[in-house]
Amino acid sequence: MSLRLRSTTPTGEQAREALRGKPAAEHRPSENVAKPEGEIAFSISDLNLWYGTFQALTNVGLDIPRQQVTALIGPSGCGKSTLIRCLNRMNDLIPGVTIEGNVTYRDADIYGSDVDPVEVRRRIGMVFQKPNPFPKSIYDNVAFGARVNGFRGNLDDLVESSLQRAALWDEVKDDLKKSGLALSGGQQQRLCIARALANNPDVILMDEPCSALDPIATLKIEDLMRELATDYTIVVVTHNMQQAARVSDYTAFMLTDEEITGQLIEYAPTETMFTQPADERTEDYISGRFG
Amino acid sequence: MSASESTPEAVGLRAEGRVARRQAWSRASRWILLGATLLGLVVLVVLGIDNAITGIPALDWDFLVSYPSRKAELAGIRPGILGLIWVLALTVILAIPLAVGAAIWMEEFAPRNAILTTVRLNIANLAGVPSIIYGILGLAVFVRLMELGPSILAGALTLALMILPMTVITSVEAISQVPPSIREGSLALGATRWQTVWNHVLPGAMPGILTGTILAVARAAGETAALIVIGAAAFIAADPSLSFAGLLDSFTTLPMQVYSWTLQTKPEFRANAAAGIIVLMIAVIGLNALALVVRDRLRRN
Repeated sequence: MSLRLRSTTPTGEQAREALRGKPAAEHRPSENVAKPEGEIAFSISDLNLWYGTFQALTNVGLDIPRQQVTALIGPSGCGKSTLIRCLNRMNDLIPGVTIEGNVTYRDADIYGSDVDPVEVRRRIGMVFQKPNPFPKSIYDNVAFGARVNGFRGNLDDLVESSLQRAALWDEVKDDLKKSGLALSGGQQQRLCIARALANNPDVILMDEPCSALDPIATLKIEDLMRELATDYTIVVVTHNMQQAARVSDYTAFMLTDEEITGQLIEYAPTETMFTQPADERTEDYISGRFG
Repeated sequence: MSASESTPEAVGLRAEGRVARRQAWSRASRWILLGATLLGLVVLVVLGIDNAITGIPALDWDFLVSYPSRKAELAGIRPGILGLIWVLALTVILAIPLAVGAAIWMEEFAPRNAILTTVRLNIANLAGVPSIIYGILGLAVFVRLMELGPSILAGALTLALMILPMTVITSVEAISQVPPSIREGSLALGATRWQTVWNHVLPGAMPGILTGTILAVARAAGETAALIVIGAAAFIAADPSLSFAGLLDSFTTLPMQVYSWTLQTKPEFRANAAAGIIVLMIAVIGLNALALVVRDRLRRN
């Protein structure tokens, strides 16, 4: 086990010192963490994260399989969004964050000293909770990633194929010059997915991609997730347990209790998780008794 | 039990007592606030009309294109207008890139710490410093220390310094209005910070930056105090030359010209000053209108 410390500000370091030896640090990782079959995309171990002095993740460890859909579920404030943002170093952008522990992607250390977060984010795409198309044309939205990454190929083809893979092409092919903001919420979210796909990433992280969408748009995105999982590794944060049950192969349940914030309670194949949860708290949550 | 027995007493919905008093105060406040707005407007209109009565007789095409003269009826504001355009253009070229650069650094790159807070606070303070102080600074640094003399370049540098804090503040404001989700979206696609700033933050902030710039330029356009201190000429009978050597020519601007006429004893020159003020006001109002149009145009896209 290697221990690394990345501290962006003195506050972060002080926080780490202050919290050392307190109950959170003594927390034992959950035993109900399954080891996925097949190839592993992300391997996370002993992951702790602080926002300033507030600990948001405690001893999280799990392996995320390649070319499968992995869902992170749990009530608000359980750290699932924080966890997913660790996977492409989006948390780096928040001042005062301290991250400790290991996150590897296909055996490469994501937080290694020689790793450039820009390269990480190019390979590991992300779709956000609220659709955030750029205030530019549909075409420019999709082409942006390729342009900034120095893509040398046929941009028109790339835009078309990306929009097709995101199941949006038929709806927008006649007005690619239209502003991305003129689309409906569900279309905007698919545009954001197309934008991520245009970078030809290996992984797509989705942080509650459907929470701002109506049920029909949600269904389209869910179908898309299943389809994309044949080529991409997908990690999705969701509030919606039915969604996790519908789309994911593996599910991780996270929880914040009185003492410990952001802990992983249980991680298992989705079917097992929803039929025979090992932990009582998982059962309570998925049966709707809290959260 | 019949229906008539259970009919409740009619509800009184008219304002009485406290409600009536609160409503009376609310209605009165509308007129008081209207009065506050009108007071400023009325003063402006009265001044404008008074000035127009004095100035319009002196205002004609010859007035715009003639050089100053000792004879009031022959005097014009040509060097003032040309000097003003020259100096303002140079001021914009010097100040805006610096101001926008500083604003980008403060909003996008600077670590959020006590030093940044201090810098921000002091820039806000600088925006409130009287222009004559900038004039004295310009005199000491640009005119004397850098030996530029009372030249166009020294004038533009002084004015650039003067509008810098205000422009930085409006640019910071405009940049902070760009939603963080746009930055996240860009960074998540593997764009660098600079690519994010260049492709998304700056275009998003442009309406605000342009508005701030034009308002600052309008302020510089009317400036006299700072220019008097650095020694801008009041009487120049030649056009400023459009060359690098011309940067070191002495110059005058329209407000300087007006100021020098107000010092004359002859009433004819007062008419000239009033006419100059009309031209200046039209220019400044034009700039402000341009700011509005530009902002609306860019917002719509």
